Amino acid sequence: MRAEERSGWFLTAPFVTFLLAFAVYPILFALVLVFLHWDLVTAPSLAGFDNVRLLANDARFWRSVANTFVFLAIHLPLQIATALALALALNRPLVFRAFWRAAFFLPVVISGAVVAILWSSLYATDVGLFNQLLTRIGLSPVPWLTDPRTAMPAIAVMVTWKNVGFYVIIYLAGLQYIPRSCQEAIEIEGVSPWQRFRHLTLPSLLPQTILVVTLSTINGFQLFIEPYVMTGGGPLRRTYSIVLYLYTNAFSYQKMGYAATIGVALALMIGLVVAIQRRVLGTAEAL
Amino acid sequence: MKTLGRVALYTALSIAAITFIYPFLWMAASTFKPPFEAGALGLMPDNPTFENYKVMWARAPFGRALVNSILVATTITLAVLVLGSITAYAMARLNFRGRPLLNAVTTAVLLVPGQLTLIPLYTLIVQLGWIDTYAALIVPYLFNATAILMLRQFFLQIPQSLIDSARMDGMGELRILFTIFWPLARPALAIVAIFTFMGSWNEVLWPLLVVREQQLMTLPQLLTVFALGGGAGSLGVSLAAAMILVVPVVIAYVFLQRYFIESMAGSGVKG
Repeated sequence: MRAEERSGWFLTAPFVTFLLAFAVYPILFALVLVFLHWDLVTAPSLAGFDNVRLLANDARFWRSVANTFVFLAIHLPLQIATALALALALNRPLVFRAFWRAAFFLPVVISGAVVAILWSSLYATDVGLFNQLLTRIGLSPVPWLTDPRTAMPAIAVMVTWKNVGFYVIIYLAGLQYIPRSCQEAIEIEGVSPWQRFRHLTLPSLLPQTILVVTLSTINGFQLFIEPYVMTGGGPLRRTYSIVLYLYTNAFSYQKMGYAATIGVALALMIGLVVAIQRRVLGTAEAL
Repeated sequence: MKTLGRVALYTALSIAAITFIYPFLWMAASTFKPPFEAGALGLMPDNPTFENYKVMWARAPFGRALVNSILVATTITLAVLVLGSITAYAMARLNFRGRPLLNAVTTAVLLVPGQLTLIPLYTLIVQLGWIDTYAALIVPYLFNATAILMLRQFFLQIPQSLIDSARMDGMGELRILFTIFWPLARPALAIVAIFTFMGSWNEVLWPLLVVREQQLMTLPQLLTVFALGGGAGSLGVSLAAAMILVVPVVIAYVFLQRYFIESMAGSGVKG
């Protein structure tokens, strides 16, 4: 055996072992768990299609799926709009550009658990910051996290705030690739700023928008710590996320087979939704 | 008109910046306020106090959690750098059978959402008897596919002539990696180090599953359990606990913000 061949195998052996144990095995075992009942205490028993059938008819699971779509319906447009607006502002000649950029990015580096605790207090009905501002301008306070109609939107706004800095960076990178000549030519033509945005900037940024949509969709499907800390999934299960339901089944009910089934379903849903989004946005690109 | 536009631009930017910074300032200020002031909008406490910190420190083992978090995040970061470089070096610069397959599998693993493997990994940890051990917090993170692919990409750009002449001098592969590649790869290593450390520092779902013993909890986990379990008792105390998690990050961020942004924005762009 050649020395290079031997070194190659020798040096990658630890990673290959790791991959087999902590990536390949769990992926395959997830598919096995779908067909098992297992509480981790007694021996696992065959479940046939019990878990799949349960999932199909589990109103709580579908509630969490619906909640995720409510979250995404608010979060995606808001995330795109705010990230794009801030990126456009930052793309102008500015003093202290690094400072502005760093300020917008700050919440990205802070732990989600901290942000959730902090925003719980901002949203608090009686002493929260938002309601104090509302009462100051003469409006009545809103029970942000305890009203089933406002709880999920409130979480969606918070997550948008936490992640926007990340997407601003993506859009800024895209803006740098719009050729100056194009912008100048279009300025000479005398088109309005809105038309320029609509017909030059926005289409040029489509690849970035697809990326923003994909990443924030994946992120949205994985919502966990925010409802876990802020609402416990309530009120009326309106903020119960899929991962929170998975966690509850594994940790509180000890139903490993069913929790794994939720995990597999979640992975499939992410794949499907992202594929559809890319298809739709890809068609927009062709136009 | 031009001036008016600039005034509007800076006003908008300032409002945006305040929106992102003020909540954290308010949080810091609230930790020095007594309970009856806790909800006040202003930043200056009328009756400044350290009581929240004393209560927080007395009620839960936050010192220990800080040590746990530093230990876990540092070990993982060092492992990802050292073991990841070795793997990436072989995957980039050594010809061996199985390399294309390994590259493909590593990329494929990245596309699998973590929630798919969460439960099987958890049952694996239970069967290994690793619940309530550092091993459960560290071992599943010893390698990181994103880091390996990033380093591999970087290592691919280093000229072959450097390797050839080093081999001629009788250097082994590991010496080539650590004495020739590492100094050249500093920016890539910094990027990997930051997102790995931050990922571990902020991780909360995995510790919630595999650790129940308070003495072994990492900071975000203990904070979550503490705030939810009502152990805090008041807002100021919860936020004081959150400060231990935030302050080191903010200090590092202020000095290294360019690297943080590059690292954390870069690592997400993998789809």
